[in-house]
Amino acid sequence: MQYKSQAVAKPYFIAAIGLFVGQILFGLIMGLQYVVGDFLFPAIPFNVARMVHTNLLIVWLLFGFMGAAYYMIPEESESELFSPKLALTMFWIFLVAGALTIVGYLTVPYAALAKMTFNDLWPTMGREFLEQPLITKLGIVVVALAFLFNISMTILKGRKTSISLVLLLGLWGLAVFFLFSFYNPSNLVLDKYFWWWTVHLWVEGVWELILGSLLAFVLIKVTGVDREIIEKWLYMIIAMTLITGIIGTGHHYYWIGTPEYWQWFGSVFSALEPIPFFMMTVFAFNMVNRRRREHPNKAATLWALGTGVMAFLGAGVWGFLHTLAPVNFFTHGTQITAAHGHMAFYGAYVMVVLTIISYAMPMLRGRAANSAKAQVMEMWAFWIMTVSIVFITLFLTAAGILQVWLQRVSTTPMGFMATQDQVALFYWLREITGVMFLVGLVVYIASFFVAGETKEAA
Amino acid sequence: MNTQSLTIDAHEPGTPPGDLAIWFFIFAELLAFGVFFGSYAFARAHHVELFNQSQQLLNRASGAINALVLITSSYFVVRAVAAIKQGLSRQCANWLGAAIALGGVFIVIKLFEFHAKFSAGISLSTNTFYMFYLSLTIFHFMHVILGMVILAFVMAKARSGGYSIEHHTGVETGASYWHMVDLVWVILFPLVYVIR
Repeated sequence: MQYKSQAVAKPYFIAAIGLFVGQILFGLIMGLQYVVGDFLFPAIPFNVARMVHTNLLIVWLLFGFMGAAYYMIPEESESELFSPKLALTMFWIFLVAGALTIVGYLTVPYAALAKMTFNDLWPTMGREFLEQPLITKLGIVVVALAFLFNISMTILKGRKTSISLVLLLGLWGLAVFFLFSFYNPSNLVLDKYFWWWTVHLWVEGVWELILGSLLAFVLIKVTGVDREIIEKWLYMIIAMTLITGIIGTGHHYYWIGTPEYWQWFGSVFSALEPIPFFMMTVFAFNMVNRRRREHPNKAATLWALGTGVMAFLGAGVWGFLHTLAPVNFFTHGTQITAAHGHMAFYGAYVMVVLTIISYAMPMLRGRAANSAKAQVMEMWAFWIMTVSIVFITLFLTAAGILQVWLQRVSTTPMGFMATQDQVALFYWLREITGVMFLVGLVVYIASFFVAGETKEAA
Repeated sequence: MNTQSLTIDAHEPGTPPGDLAIWFFIFAELLAFGVFFGSYAFARAHHVELFNQSQQLLNRASGAINALVLITSSYFVVRAVAAIKQGLSRQCANWLGAAIALGGVFIVIKLFEFHAKFSAGISLSTNTFYMFYLSLTIFHFMHVILGMVILAFVMAKARSGGYSIEHHTGVETGASYWHMVDLVWVILFPLVYVIR
């Protein structure tokens, strides 16, 4: 660790991992509810478990991104953080607000929560992934603004690198596009537009900029390849991301009451969306092969390579699978979507946050890398979690194909619930691999507590 | 009129002229247009009648004039590169200015064409042919504007003596992009206006 203020990243990373555990537990609960419908009913109904599962994911990734920025920006700008105190204050505000929101989801019926939090004065609740009460949403805006102010000021007073500027662009975009979540038009088509302008423009737009810059930062550090080369790759990836991703939003407009040309625009541009992800894979492997030093942190390198591969498979390949309008006509809203969602979020965003944690945490704890023993354990966790998510994805894909067939293609189509019974086997298999994933996560956390010989920080 | 040679000498063997980054960008652009052209062909095969009928109503003359305009502007850009290779910054800037002016001519002709179509009540939702016609030409139109902006930057730098015999990658980079814009029209024009 070169700058004292980088230390504020540590609580962010710890909170991220803690919430990650919560996300997986609720995933297991709702995974079981797919096959044992009344499991934990009425304490935790399916819709609540689902909301907690997805909201925790978003919140812990945000903690991860913020921690990453607080770690990277001082080093990139060669300057202490503008205000470490502000960063720590925001950490506690964000954590408490997040925890209260989850407690609200779990203890009060959603409608009652809406009433308690003034949703009738300014309705923002009820939309998938953006279910947070108005107060939480406003809190997120405050935290995000304070965070952006803090890192923007740091960059302004220090060195400006492409990596930090791309990161800044991504983070500002994240904050700006979140503002669409405050507007709920009563026209359903318009409502969907505004919803996607947060959801899609996050995960297939500005978050990819954040992903690219985090990956580039870690690759510079672990490979020692010239910054100039890495930056050129980063620019290329960013350009492709924006060219394909922005108009690619059209692949959500197919069946929501928008003009028909969106079927063409959405299909053509989103079909190109795998390209930047493929470039990221080539980028990661290329840089590691051209490495000019042997960094002692092998685990971080493994995570970086894994991010490239899994992001391409999950976001690129599994996204392409159902992005063309004629295909999506059949697969829309089936388990195919769930399969894509799981592998894409894990491969792109979970893995990149774990990459930066893997690189930064040892530094924050005063060493260049963890002991060989701890690293081996971390790598075991990498493989268990990654293989588990591959199988979760494959089982959900199988469930999805069967579902599409039985429910939408067959000459005697079955109803939704009857179809669900038919695909139950795959849900059981998914639940078992889900438990394996949790085992991997436990191993991952345990690796932080393994001692052994370590090297001093460089 | 000076007698500058038109020979474009070889670069380092194996590397394209200009910044390598622009070639990745050009590749991405061509891919996007390529997929669009492919989709056009696919859609046309399914609606031959409709496409034939609608294509008759396009203004082929303005499309053809625009093709000539862009090809000529590309020639001017070639002259600009040749000029800077002999260190003639002023001529380089002038040739680029001429190319930008022709880009402007393209824009004006295109605007007349769009105006005629829009006044006839044609929109993206009229039919599948017009969806392709409008999106392809507007998409290309925006590339012409971007190309003009790039050339304008290069021209300004050339005018202030920012390039030399040894260092003129920027001119080649801008030229490469402009040729791409030209190339796309050379494919787009026959594909959408002529081939039936």
